[in-house]
Amino acid sequence: MRIHCPICGERDRREFYYKGAAAAAERPDPQADAATWNDFVHLRDNPAGVTRDLWYHEAGCAAWIVVTRNTATHEVLGAVLAEDRA
Amino acid sequence: MRVAGRGLIDRSRSVPFTFDGVRYAGFAGDTLASALLANDVRLVGRSFKYHRPRGILTAGSEEPNALVTVGVGGRQDPNVRATMQELFEGLEVRSQNRWPSLGFDLMSVSDLAAPFLGAGFYYKTFMWPRAFWEKLYEPVIRRAAGLGALSRQHNTDVYEKAFAFCDLLVIGSGPAGLMAALTAARAGADVILAEEDSRFGGRLLAEVEEVDGQPGADWAGGVIAELEAMPNVRLMPRTTVTGAYDNGTYGALERVGHHRRRRPHLPLECFWRIVAKQTVLAAGALERPVAFRNNDRPGIMTAGAVRTYLNRWGVSPGRAMTVFGTNDSAHRTARDLVDAGVHVAALIDSRHDAPASDAFPVIRGGQVCGSQGRQGLESITVRRPSGEERIQTDCLAMSGGWNPSVHLTCHTGARPVWREDLLAFVPAENAVPGLTPAGACNGEFSTAGCLRDGRAAAARALTALERPVPEAGLPVAEDDPYRTDRLWAVAGKGRAWLDFQNDVTVKDVKQAAVENFRSVEHMKRFTTQGMATDQGKNSNIAALAVLADATGREIAETGTTTYRPPYSPVSIAALGAGGQGDGFAPERLTTSHAATVEMDAPMIEAGLWYRPSFFRRQGEKTWRQSCDREVNMVRRSVGVCDVSTLGKIDLQGPDAGAFLDFVYTNTFSTLKVGRTRYGLMLREDGHVMDDGTTARLGDNHYVMTTTTAAAGEVMRHLEFVHQCHCPQMNVRFISVTEQWAQFAVAGPKARELLGRILDDPLVPGDWPFMACGAVSVQDVPGRLFRISFSGEHAYELALPACYGDALFRQLVSGAEALGGGAYGMEALNVMRIEKGFITHAEIHGRVTAFDIGMQRMVSQKKDCIGKTMSERPGLMDRGRARLVGLKPVGAVKLITAGAHLYDREADPVRQNHQGYVTSNCFSPTLDGVLALAFLQRGPERLGEVVKSVDHVRGIETLCEVVDPVFFDPEGGRVRD
Repeated sequence: MRIHCPICGERDRREFYYKGAAAAAERPDPQADAATWNDFVHLRDNPAGVTRDLWYHEAGCAAWIVVTRNTATHEVLGAVLAEDRA
Repeated sequence: MRVAGRGLIDRSRSVPFTFDGVRYAGFAGDTLASALLANDVRLVGRSFKYHRPRGILTAGSEEPNALVTVGVGGRQDPNVRATMQELFEGLEVRSQNRWPSLGFDLMSVSDLAAPFLGAGFYYKTFMWPRAFWEKLYEPVIRRAAGLGALSRQHNTDVYEKAFAFCDLLVIGSGPAGLMAALTAARAGADVILAEEDSRFGGRLLAEVEEVDGQPGADWAGGVIAELEAMPNVRLMPRTTVTGAYDNGTYGALERVGHHRRRRPHLPLECFWRIVAKQTVLAAGALERPVAFRNNDRPGIMTAGAVRTYLNRWGVSPGRAMTVFGTNDSAHRTARDLVDAGVHVAALIDSRHDAPASDAFPVIRGGQVCGSQGRQGLESITVRRPSGEERIQTDCLAMSGGWNPSVHLTCHTGARPVWREDLLAFVPAENAVPGLTPAGACNGEFSTAGCLRDGRAAAARALTALERPVPEAGLPVAEDDPYRTDRLWAVAGKGRAWLDFQNDVTVKDVKQAAVENFRSVEHMKRFTTQGMATDQGKNSNIAALAVLADATGREIAETGTTTYRPPYSPVSIAALGAGGQGDGFAPERLTTSHAATVEMDAPMIEAGLWYRPSFFRRQGEKTWRQSCDREVNMVRRSVGVCDVSTLGKIDLQGPDAGAFLDFVYTNTFSTLKVGRTRYGLMLREDGHVMDDGTTARLGDNHYVMTTTTAAAGEVMRHLEFVHQCHCPQMNVRFISVTEQWAQFAVAGPKARELLGRILDDPLVPGDWPFMACGAVSVQDVPGRLFRISFSGEHAYELALPACYGDALFRQLVSGAEALGGGAYGMEALNVMRIEKGFITHAEIHGRVTAFDIGMQRMVSQKKDCIGKTMSERPGLMDRGRARLVGLKPVGAVKLITAGAHLYDREADPVRQNHQGYVTSNCFSPTLDGVLALAFLQRGPERLGEVVKSVDHVRGIETLCEVVDPVFFDPEGGRVRD
C-alpha cells in the first residue's frame, strides 16, 4: 500500500503508524455530555467503502495525516495534513 | 538424446554434474532438465502419495514432477524444479521421496493399495480412536507421503532484499513483453523488464516461426540488445514476479546464486519489492495435459515442452515420438521433430477435421486412452472409431490446449472470465488497477497477436503516464488462429491423473462431487487438487472442468479456486532476508555499554535497549548478592546508574507550558525556571499512559522525560495532540533521547561525588530537591537535575552523548573511591519498590490516577487529555482495585508478581478475586519481602491480612496490607 504524505510525497505504508478512524481527531468540548464523549472515545464506523483514518509518518516527517481510502478496493483517494483537515 | 543443429546451447563447453551420484555432462546453456533428457534419464522422482515414478512434464516453473534436492547440510535446498535449475560445473543433485533408491522404491507398495487410498481416505479412516491421530496415524502418513526434506540445520546461505521503483514494469519477455518494453523504453519511460527465465525471449526461444524474417530468438536478442543500451531500462533476468499487491506494488524473487557454484557472500536469492506506476503483464500461457489412463508415466510430456527441449536445447526426449493433441500447436511439435530428423510414429488429434500432414501419420478423431511401460513409457493405446491399437513409443507429447497465466491479475481479488471460444479463463477488465495484460496471458495466442497486444498495452500505459506514444511499425510474424477441442479427460477405466504432484485423479474429483463437495473450493480441499508446491498450474482448470461435468454445470458457473501469491514458491529465507541473527531486531546500546560489559555486568533487554542487570563483584555467586550489595551501597554511600534510555523530549516555544498543561494532568506553565516537576499523562479514555519528570530550562524551554518503554508512544502522542487538537499552539518538540548521556548519582555521598566531577562546587542552597540547571564538566556544558527514583539524595547528570563513556567511567571510579559504585536494574527496581514508585508494571494500561492514589494530581483548574473520561463514576469507584503495599506475615515469606489476592479465609477462585500483585522484591534495607499490588478498596484496608495465591507456581502467602511507601515515607532522605 502506498500513501501520499503531503510533505514527503508517496511512500510505502511501512513508514507510517496507523491509529484508526479520523474521528479520534475531533475532540468534543470537555463539558459535552457522556454520550458524546463515549462516541468520541469508543464508537467507530466500520465501512465497506470510503473511510478516513489517521496515519503518522513516524519514519518520515512526523506529520499526522488524514488518509481517505476505500476499504473495499484498497484505493487510496487522498491525504491531507491533520492540521489542515476540513 | 541430443539432436544436431538445434538449440541455443554452447556445444563447445561441456558441463559435468551428478544426479544421485552418477556423473553426467550437459552443455553450457542447459537446464538440469534438458541435460537429464539429453542423457536419456527419464525417471527423476516419485509422486507425493503413491510413490509412482515421475519424469519431466514441462520446461518451465510450472513443473510438478521433476523436483530434486540441491546441496547438502544447512545449504540443502529441497524441491528445486529441474526445469528451473541451470546447469553449472559441479552441480550435485539428488532425487527425493524414494527409499532405498529412485529405481526401486519400497514405498511404491502404496500404489498397489491405491483403491483404498482415494480422496477423503484419511478423513474417513483415521477418525478413531481419536488419540491415535497425533501419535500414530499422522507420523506414519507423514513418513510415507512427502517430497523433499529439510536438513534441520541452520541455513548459512545469504539472502537479500531490495526495493525498486519504475514507470512501467513489464512482466515476461515473450513477444508481448518485449514489444511492450521496447515501445515504452523508446518513449523514454523508466522501464523494468522482469523475466523468470535466465534468457529473455519467452516462447520465441522455443519456436521456429520467424519474426521479421529472422529466427524468433535472434529478433528477441536484437530487442534485448537495444534495451540493454538504454539508460532508462533495467533488465531483470531470473526474476519471477510472484505477487501483485495494492497501489502498484509487486513482489519478485530473483535467483542470484542458484545457477553458479556457491561462494562466500554471494546471495542465493533476492526478494524485490517493486513499485510501478504502470504494469504490463505478459506472463504467457501454460499448456494443459489431457487426463487419460496412466498419463503420468515418465516419457509423457506436454507438447510445448517437447518443442522447447528440441528447439532451445537441441534435445529430443524420445527416439520414437508420438503426439496427442486437441489443437494445432500439437502439430507444430510433430512438424519440428520430423524436421529435426526425429521419428514421429503418429500424431493423434481428437478433432475429426484436424489438418493432415505428409511428414507424419495423423490419426483424426483419435484419443490416447492408456499407456504402458515399467519405469517409463513403452507404448500407448489409441482409440479411434474403428477400434483400439497399440503404438510403440518412448515419448508422448500431449496438448489439451493452453491456459493463460492469469494468476497475477487475480491476486487483489478479481476473478478471471471464461471464454468459451478459447476454452480458457482470461483476465477480467481492470482486474488490478494500473496493470494491463497482454499477449497469451490475455488470450492472444499468435505471435503477431502478442506483438500487437504488447504494443497496445504499452500505449495504454504511456497514456496513463502522460507520455506521448511513439509511432512504430510491428514486426511481421505468424498470425494463425487458435482453436482447441473440448477434451479434459478421456473416458475409460483406470486412473487418469490430473494433479501429478499430489496424485489426484479424475475419479477423485468425481468422488468429491458424489460426496457433495460441489464447490470448487471444497473439491480442492477434499482431493488436495492444486495444493502442492506447483499450486496445480497445469491441472486446476482440467480438474474444475471435470467437476463442472460431474455436477452438470458450466465451467464459468463452477468458477476457479482463489489465486493467491506467490505465483511460484518463495523461500521464507528470502522473504525474511536480513532478519537472521543480529538482523532480527535493532540493538540500542547506551554510551556506557562498553564500560558496563567490561565490568562483567550481565545485560538484559529493555525494549530494544540493553541495560545492566547487576554488576557482579568478586565473591558474589548469585544475582541477589550483587543486588543487595548495590542497594546497601546506594543507601549508605553513592551509586551510579545509566538512565539515558529514558525518553527525553525537548519542547520549545511560547506555548510550551500551555501545551504541557494540556497533555499532563497537573500544571507546568506555573513551574519556575530551574525547577523540575513529576507529571502524569493520561490517555483520552482516562487511564494512565505514562509518567516522568519535566524540567523547565528557560521561559520557553522544557525537557520532558518518559519511561524507557513508552518513549516512542509518548512522542507520537505529543505530535498527535498538537497537530490534531491544538495546531494553533506555538510549540515544537523533538526527541533528544540519544543526544544526551544521563546518569543517576544517588546516595548520601552523591553531592560529594559530584563535587569532585563538576567544574564548580554544588552550593547546597542553590540545589534544593527538584532543582535543575546548567553545569559543566571539564568545560563541557551539561545539565543537572536533582531528582530521585531511589528515595535517596540524588541527581541526574547529563552530558552530550559523545562524552557518555568518559563520564560514566569517571563517575564509577569516583563512586568507588567513596565506597560506592555502579548499580544495575535489579537494585534500581528494589529501591523504587521500597519507595512505592510505580513503573509500567503498575501503570499497565488498565489503571487510573485514582487507582494509584494520584487523583489529586488531576488538576481541577484546567482541561487535559483524559480528564473528562477519568471522572466517570466507574473509574472513581472506591471498590476498585487500588495500589497498596504487601508484606508477608505468615510462615511463607514469598510473594510473587502475578499472584492473585483473596480474603484470608476465602476460596482462591475467580468469584472471590480481590486484586493482584504487580511487583515484588527482597528488600535488604528492610530485611524482608515487599510487594506492590492492586487490592479492592486497598487504601481503606491497611493493617488487614489478605491471602496472595500464585496458582501457576503453587505459592500461597498471608500478607499484611500496608502503605505502598515502605521506606522513609516522610521523604527526609531525598531532601536532605
